[in-house]
Amino acid sequence: MTTSPARTGVTPARTDPGLNPLRAALALDERPSRPGSLGAALTFGWRALLKIKHVPEQLFDATLTPVIFTLMFTYLFGGALAGDPRSYLQYLLPGILVQSVLIITVYTGFTLNTDISKGVFDRFRSLPIWRPAPIVGALLGDTVRYSVASVMTIGLGLILGFRPDGGVVGVVLAVLLLLVFSFSLSWIFTILGLVMRSPNAVMGVSMMVLMPLTFASNVFVDPSTMPGWLQSWVGVNPVSHLVTATRGLMAGTASTSEVVWVLVASAVLTAVLAPITMRIYRNRN
Amino acid sequence: MPNQQELAIEARGLVKHFKETRAVDGVDIEVPEGTVYGLLGPNGAGKTTAVRMLATLLRPDAGSARVLGHDVIREADTVRGLVGLTGQYASVDEDLTGTENLVMLARLYGFSRAASYARARSLLEAFDLGDAGGRQVKTYSGGMRRRIDLAASIVISPRVLFLDEPTTGLDPRSRNQVWDIVRVLVDDGATVLLTTQYLEEADQLADRMSVIDHGKVIAEGTSVELKASVGSGAVHVRLADSTDRPAAERIIAQTLDAPVTLASDPYALSARVADDGTERASRLLPALHEARIMVAEFSLGQPSLDEVFLALTGRPTEPETSDDVETETNEAVA
Repeated sequence: MTTSPARTGVTPARTDPGLNPLRAALALDERPSRPGSLGAALTFGWRALLKIKHVPEQLFDATLTPVIFTLMFTYLFGGALAGDPRSYLQYLLPGILVQSVLIITVYTGFTLNTDISKGVFDRFRSLPIWRPAPIVGALLGDTVRYSVASVMTIGLGLILGFRPDGGVVGVVLAVLLLLVFSFSLSWIFTILGLVMRSPNAVMGVSMMVLMPLTFASNVFVDPSTMPGWLQSWVGVNPVSHLVTATRGLMAGTASTSEVVWVLVASAVLTAVLAPITMRIYRNRN
Repeated sequence: MPNQQELAIEARGLVKHFKETRAVDGVDIEVPEGTVYGLLGPNGAGKTTAVRMLATLLRPDAGSARVLGHDVIREADTVRGLVGLTGQYASVDEDLTGTENLVMLARLYGFSRAASYARARSLLEAFDLGDAGGRQVKTYSGGMRRRIDLAASIVISPRVLFLDEPTTGLDPRSRNQVWDIVRVLVDDGATVLLTTQYLEEADQLADRMSVIDHGKVIAEGTSVELKASVGSGAVHVRLADSTDRPAAERIIAQTLDAPVTLASDPYALSARVADDGTERASRLLPALHEARIMVAEFSLGQPSLDEVFLALTGRPTEPETSDDVETETNEAVA
């Protein structure tokens, strides 16, 4: 081809000194070896933290949901259910902690779907990295939000008169267990984030998943007064087991089996849902 | 025909369906190393889908493709280490700053923390974004945005670069900047596959090009070959009075001996000019004057994509409306 003026004329680098840095930047011989899976996931976790730094509004839900839930349910039900709000708080706080954190896991799918619609995810998918890294990294970043929500809930509880007999160790273990479970449950929302068409649709469906999981549980009341069919759901609902274990750890009375049940449930959720997520992620159009 | 080793990109019979639509319907592409190849076509023609298959983002339903000799399905990870991608679907994170985006990508390619910051700095410098590195990408102008996208795709100096509509929606100055960048990249030995809706862009940059329509390659060759089949130019006329259009159409058709295209604008007409038709075209103004038809604008120039299409398919371009096929809009520019 000889006629195109663009390719026969003087090359732009010689006429435009502004392009010399470009040549310098291109003269890169280094091809570093690939980062490991954990390194790649942590880089995406760093991205999630940067997003919190630049868009701190996204912590609103993590800070306000626990405050509203704790105040509202303590004073709404406290008098009727336990005689006074303060006694009810001893029962409610571990449950409301679980509910507050699980409610904000819906943003996982929302964020993922937004990334996809803005075109950021195709860049990630075109990189030679461990495939699940972007999603695992985002989930790791989300645990920061869950930790913020946990600190808010427990802090407010302590101010209102919640006194955990399990001490600092019990409370910390309870929060860790909750973070593990939230990470595992989030895979439901990554699936929704990948298959739904818009971020708002993800929110709608996620809420429909979360409502029966969190409300139809032992968060608010002892299930013994519930009708049989509801009791059997509450009995198998993993959130009920999580709440039982959290209460136990905070009160210093948890049995090993209660904690192990939650860990096994988390492992099963991840083992089933993570590969489904990755399969959809890989084959996405 | 170049032999196998020299081909940077080689696709055979690529097919991709989305539900009932055959977005890509048996596309063959051969791009020799160190050259620029253009995929030219209107919205929804299947250009983006073809590029996404070559860049390992989409699995072909049929056919095969190799990039630098590596199969895009079986050796996807190897291919990913050799290519860069920029387009509507491969963007940067607009909540992050320019520096943060590039550092993140450098880290993902395995650079150390210090080397990543150094790499980000030299890329920002190279793309004339040195002062904007600390700002969130969402504050960038359209041209800056496209440059940071390009910078993000050459963090490791890829040997093959896919550019999906690199200049759609850009002003002429920014467009020229992007073109200069592409030329330097190719000068440096990279192979570039770019998609575009503009014949001029393919003409400026590409050594060879394919014209794609409804997922099929309808013409292939150098821009010289393509124009030979289309005619080297076109006449565009805009009338002062739209009621003159039927008369003007008759005169243009007679003078140029070519079919006349009526634009949706009721004042405008255009027609292709054959290679030896410049002399005829020059007779057009006097002929219109003779007929007392007032002309507001008259130009003789390169055929547009519309005219190429009209010549190749006998019908004008018609963008697909279904948005689950492809939406190659200007959204990414906003």
